[in-house]
Amino acid sequence: MVDFLLRRAHPVKPPESGMSRKRSLWERIHLDPWLLGLLLTLMSAGLVVLYSAGGQSLHLVTAQALRFGVALAGMVIIAQFSPSTLQRWALPAYLVGMAMLVAVEVMGDMGMGAQRWLVIPGVIRFQPSEMMKLAVPMMVASWLSRRELPPRWQDLVVCAVLIGAPVLLIARQPDLGTSLLVAMAAVFVILLAGLSWRIIGLLGAMAAAALPLLWMNMHDYQRQRVLTFLDPESDPLGAGWNIIQSTTAIGSGGLWGKGWLHGTQSHLEFLPESHTDFIVAVLGEEFGLVGMLAFLMLYLLIVYRGLWLAGAAQETFGRLLAGSVILTFFIYVFVNIGMVSGILPVVGVPLPLVSYGGTSSVTLLAGFGILMAIHSHRRLLPR
Amino acid sequence: MRPPRDTLKNPQQELRIFRLRALLAVVVVLVLSGLLAGRLFYLQIVQHEVYSTRSEKNRVRVEPLPPTRGLIYDRNGELLAENRPTYNLTIVRERVDDLDRTLSLLVDLLDLPEDRVEAFRERSRQRQRPYQPALLMSDLSEQQIARLAVNRHRLPGVEVEAQLLRYYPDAKIMSHVLGYVGRINTEELQRVDSGNYAGTHFIGKTGVERFYEDTLHGQAGLRKVETNARGRVLRELGRTEPVPGENLTLTLDTGLQRLAVKLLDGRRGSIVAIAPKTGEILAMASVPGFDTNQFVTGIDVDSYRALQQDHDLPLFNRAIRGSYPAGSTIKPFMAITGLRDGEITPDDVIYDPGYYQLPNDSRRYHNWLRWGHGRVNLERALEVSNNTYFYSLAHKLGIDRIHASLSQFGFGHRVAADVYGQGAGLLPSREWKRARFDQPWYPGETLSVGIGQGYLQITPLQLAAATATLANRGHWVKPRLVHEIGDEPVPTDLPDTLPDVELEHPEWWKDVIAGMEDVLSGNEGTARRAGAGLEYRMAGKSGTAQVFSLGQDERYNADEIKERLRDHALFTAFAPVEDPQIAVSVIIENAGGGSHNAAGPARAMTDYWLLERDHGEIPPEGAVDDGEPEEQ
Repeated sequence: MVDFLLRRAHPVKPPESGMSRKRSLWERIHLDPWLLGLLLTLMSAGLVVLYSAGGQSLHLVTAQALRFGVALAGMVIIAQFSPSTLQRWALPAYLVGMAMLVAVEVMGDMGMGAQRWLVIPGVIRFQPSEMMKLAVPMMVASWLSRRELPPRWQDLVVCAVLIGAPVLLIARQPDLGTSLLVAMAAVFVILLAGLSWRIIGLLGAMAAAALPLLWMNMHDYQRQRVLTFLDPESDPLGAGWNIIQSTTAIGSGGLWGKGWLHGTQSHLEFLPESHTDFIVAVLGEEFGLVGMLAFLMLYLLIVYRGLWLAGAAQETFGRLLAGSVILTFFIYVFVNIGMVSGILPVVGVPLPLVSYGGTSSVTLLAGFGILMAIHSHRRLLPR
Repeated sequence: MRPPRDTLKNPQQELRIFRLRALLAVVVVLVLSGLLAGRLFYLQIVQHEVYSTRSEKNRVRVEPLPPTRGLIYDRNGELLAENRPTYNLTIVRERVDDLDRTLSLLVDLLDLPEDRVEAFRERSRQRQRPYQPALLMSDLSEQQIARLAVNRHRLPGVEVEAQLLRYYPDAKIMSHVLGYVGRINTEELQRVDSGNYAGTHFIGKTGVERFYEDTLHGQAGLRKVETNARGRVLRELGRTEPVPGENLTLTLDTGLQRLAVKLLDGRRGSIVAIAPKTGEILAMASVPGFDTNQFVTGIDVDSYRALQQDHDLPLFNRAIRGSYPAGSTIKPFMAITGLRDGEITPDDVIYDPGYYQLPNDSRRYHNWLRWGHGRVNLERALEVSNNTYFYSLAHKLGIDRIHASLSQFGFGHRVAADVYGQGAGLLPSREWKRARFDQPWYPGETLSVGIGQGYLQITPLQLAAATATLANRGHWVKPRLVHEIGDEPVPTDLPDTLPDVELEHPEWWKDVIAGMEDVLSGNEGTARRAGAGLEYRMAGKSGTAQVFSLGQDERYNADEIKERLRDHALFTAFAPVEDPQIAVSVIIENAGGGSHNAAGPARAMTDYWLLERDHGEIPPEGAVDDGEPEEQ
């Protein structure tokens, strides 16, 4: 595998193969067929699960498919831009995102509610925090790519400010889950840039020391989630209900599952939110361990292909950003499955491209658009 | 922003670092994935048995058991509202192999209209959860059930469910007073205790069904059932029986109610009869009525629109919400007011030249008899329904005292204890006019109120209640509809009853009642034709309510005016005078004068109640217009 990742590191082969002159169709439309194929497979399978999880509502499935269509179109459009264009966008995108977060903060104080900030009725419900999932790592990657790497302490201070400001604003909304994901996406950039292990260790120790502080600043319901995670049986009808029911659903699925549309847990309404954050429970119950591992494998293939594309990027900015996007994607998967199967606390993270919901699909596919842009524009860059 | 590209930047080294880190990331990803896979393996393979069992246990479900709605009887034990078993056709989509084929088969078998199928598709889309049956058709006929039974093997997932449905045997004559039940809507669901109504489909919408909803509904029970993987009930694990709703025995007499509706047949109007001593409402009819049974299963749009747009307003309960000018039926109550407040005595005499004039005002307020009644005392004023006498009295009393006194007779109040949706009519006052029109009260308006015109508006129920109070010589008894709840009689001393009307000289009641008796039995009595051949002593008062106000010195002939602009006929009465058993008010819209058109029906009501009730024979209609001048 190392070899596989490294092979592309060498400059493009001499034109004896003719590949560099005559670009394939996929290259001309700037899409990666492997990644696209894997994503489409995942989304199709997701719709099948959603049909069962949503009480066999065709309406739900078509609505989701429509969102996928919109998100895919967004992905294709983003893929047409070159990495240098994306890098130029980093600062404006970041500043616009920050402005919107501040606006949310102000409007929130005015009592208009924080979560649904930008609303075009019936069309889109846009959360600036969602946009920041891409804008923050873009900004950090843009900054670091112009510095000498690996990053040093002074770079870290700048990054800390760049990351800290939006993360704090999002955490105040309050949306702890999203703020952590945004922070994580940016941290991935720094880690991929080659932050020295010494600093990582030091920062890790500091973070551990800061945990009690975080605990003290948590809202009651957030603490409750953590406590419930630690002992779900303590509150079997309240906050622990979801975890008990979802593990029961998954566990009762066994090796092969109960079959599509035959899950009893989710269908008999023992499992709430079965079509959104807890859709894995339906998957596990109806398709068993085999189905779960098949989905996990699909996700791993996507992550693998994503990392491969990132490693093949020529520019540092593209590489860092692509790596961060794909690792964040994996974190989604890990956190969601981990929470539904009861090894992580319940945070509002959907299962990427399977859970019902539009916003996250759009952000995720926009990220994949960036990945494809970074990969497919390689040869156009005179270097 | 853009840092200087320093020479130390080494692309090759950066790439190398990235690839090492990426490699590390792959390792971490694989480890975390392994963790997830391990957890899933643990849950789904190692602990499978445990969770499988737990999942099975989850199949215990709690189902609500709706209580049976209480029945409603009339005072003689005749059933007015019952629960009929009906059969509904439902489909559980998950058990149907080919829905379209099944539906087309059912359409052929049962001769279903296409819109039913559409409605079903809509309902089945809105289901809360899978395996929940969706209604295709309610109230199947015997024949349809038989056809379904024969074809049962071809129709998996199709089920016939038994359900109790409300039925009103005498729907047409009881429509308004009894009201009806209908499917619960979202708004009503928020009003009631959702737990108690979890299995209930119907709720009282109007009338007795609405007022006594809580009593009739009962207490829901529940049962714990074990279901199989498909949600189908396997066995019952325990149950709490529902408590059925209480039966109601009303004070209504179906025979009298039927007579009242018959007397009004073809007209628009209302008859209310009350037993004065107990306040029992014996009959409360509003005509035209409608078939309440249509509303139980859900009336179709066209029929409902037809009812709503009918100019005769069949859905409108005239008995309790219709507001009519009292006309001369107010005069006995005005007389009591004058006696109570010391403005007149029974022996005071006025001279009636045919009109009344306010001091310093040239306008003439006319008596209905142009040439006047000459010398008139209280008794004769009532007998001939003299306007001049009551103009004079009203002027002496003033609107404030009139308002206070009429209020004591229940005008302007929602008088009955347990009638849903009563109107209060309109008892005008100085304050009311100020608030309503921002104008002062004018003396001329007092005169109008004195003969039951002007702003004064009453409901038929109020008029009957006030007459009952008069029959009781001032003793107030709150009217009510329900006699017994279950087997328990409803207490007669109801809260919020108005205070009794008291006279300084109690014997003066007799004088007022004598005047009312003369209305039916006197030589000059306005309703002497209706009173001919009375076998008991009856007191009454006719009234004619102007639909629109006539200008001064204007005379008109009822026949020349379109039917809708004709006067309303009113009559109020009680009998027997010495021992009142029934007080009755009759209002017939646009029938013309009250003495000729409303007195007959009132007499028919009292005749039935006092003489014919047990013989079961309903007398023919008595009202005939004889063309004599009509009092107002």
